[in-house]
Amino acid sequence: MQQNRRQFLKLVGLGGVVFASGLGTTSCAAGKTAGKTAAQDDFFFVQLSDTHWGFAGAPNPEAKNTLRKAVAAVNTLSQPPDFIVFTGDLTHTTDDPKERRRRMAEFREIVGGLKVKDVRFMPGEHDASLDQGEAYREFFGDTHYTFDHKGVHFIALDNVSDPAARIGDEQLAWLAADLKQQPKDARIVVLTHRPLFDLYPQWDWATRDGAAAMDLLMPHANVSVFYGHIHQEHHHMTGHIAHHAANSLIFPLPAPGSQPKRAPLPWDPAQPYKGLGFRSVEAEVKKAEYVISERPVSKG
Amino acid sequence: MTLNARGFNLLLMSVVLVLGGVATSAWVAAQPKEPVIRVSAKKFAFTPDTLTLKRGVPVILEFTTEDVLMGFNVPDLGLRADIIPGQTTRLRIVPDRVGKFTFICDIFCGTGHEEMTGVITVIK
Repeated sequence: MQQNRRQFLKLVGLGGVVFASGLGTTSCAAGKTAGKTAAQDDFFFVQLSDTHWGFAGAPNPEAKNTLRKAVAAVNTLSQPPDFIVFTGDLTHTTDDPKERRRRMAEFREIVGGLKVKDVRFMPGEHDASLDQGEAYREFFGDTHYTFDHKGVHFIALDNVSDPAARIGDEQLAWLAADLKQQPKDARIVVLTHRPLFDLYPQWDWATRDGAAAMDLLMPHANVSVFYGHIHQEHHHMTGHIAHHAANSLIFPLPAPGSQPKRAPLPWDPAQPYKGLGFRSVEAEVKKAEYVISERPVSKG
Repeated sequence: MTLNARGFNLLLMSVVLVLGGVATSAWVAAQPKEPVIRVSAKKFAFTPDTLTLKRGVPVILEFTTEDVLMGFNVPDLGLRADIIPGQTTRLRIVPDRVGKFTFICDIFCGTGHEEMTGVITVIK
């Protein structure tokens, strides 16, 4: 049965802020892909980011409970997502390799409680920069990869295993080879940790060679980027390519450049978990649109 | 005292070594010595973390790190350099505008990396 968007949103119980993203104006969507409709049903996925498991401090006195609450919240969605992505900083950094692995093991155990078992991970700099992704790969596999889902090509890019925040020539060559296989009107979603554009380099909110990745993506008409790192919802366009930053699940950070330092926003006991959350992303494949719904980590 | 060709070359080489890779030897020979500000980096701070410079006055920033690889980046001034353990990194700066400019460590170095920042104040 074909569902329209309104029905779809009602089914999954999405409310609150909805942000439509993508290229509704592209002319390619219906015509050139008409023969693929069976594989291009609308679907939705959930993005969680910056859980920083192992963090302890005043910005989140409930740090030991937040991830579990998020897992419970995802599990209570009235319709399960097709899959779940974690866009980096799964764990909070530590200089101790044993402690890093302990945190990753705990994180993996907790998210093992997700009812949906198709879960995709990628590293953040807190997971991977101090050992170039060694521990991360032991627990979660490759740091960059692709997968296809119902007519959308997903690309997970690693811009953190190099502590200098570079994607690197080798991975860029891999990206170029992958994109070469995709038609120019392919529906492409890039998942990554850091912004691929210079959002606010003064706070290290950038990828040193992000422009090279954007140059490779730019010839493709239907590209959207979902990322984390900045601990807040943020939307930006580079030409026709949309970038969407997700909220964190540990503490929110201030708006870019809004204060002298990027210190975490203080925990508000009157509004616990304020500024934290995850998002549902409904993919309307034919239109190459993504309807984003921000969800709180915990109600009440 | 008269320098022969070998002696002159040695002297010139010494000057170049002292001032590092910030200029060609010909440039060094023609310029007065520029002030040097030494900045030390360690987890998770620059010392000093506030620098005051004068607009239009060249300065050599001389960096060392006490522990791991660090980065010095002033995005607003288009300046950056790696700070490599066991080496001295020199960066010549001629501020062309007045203002306050944040600098950061842009190579992830651990738990306090995000707090590893400073400010360059450029005055008239």
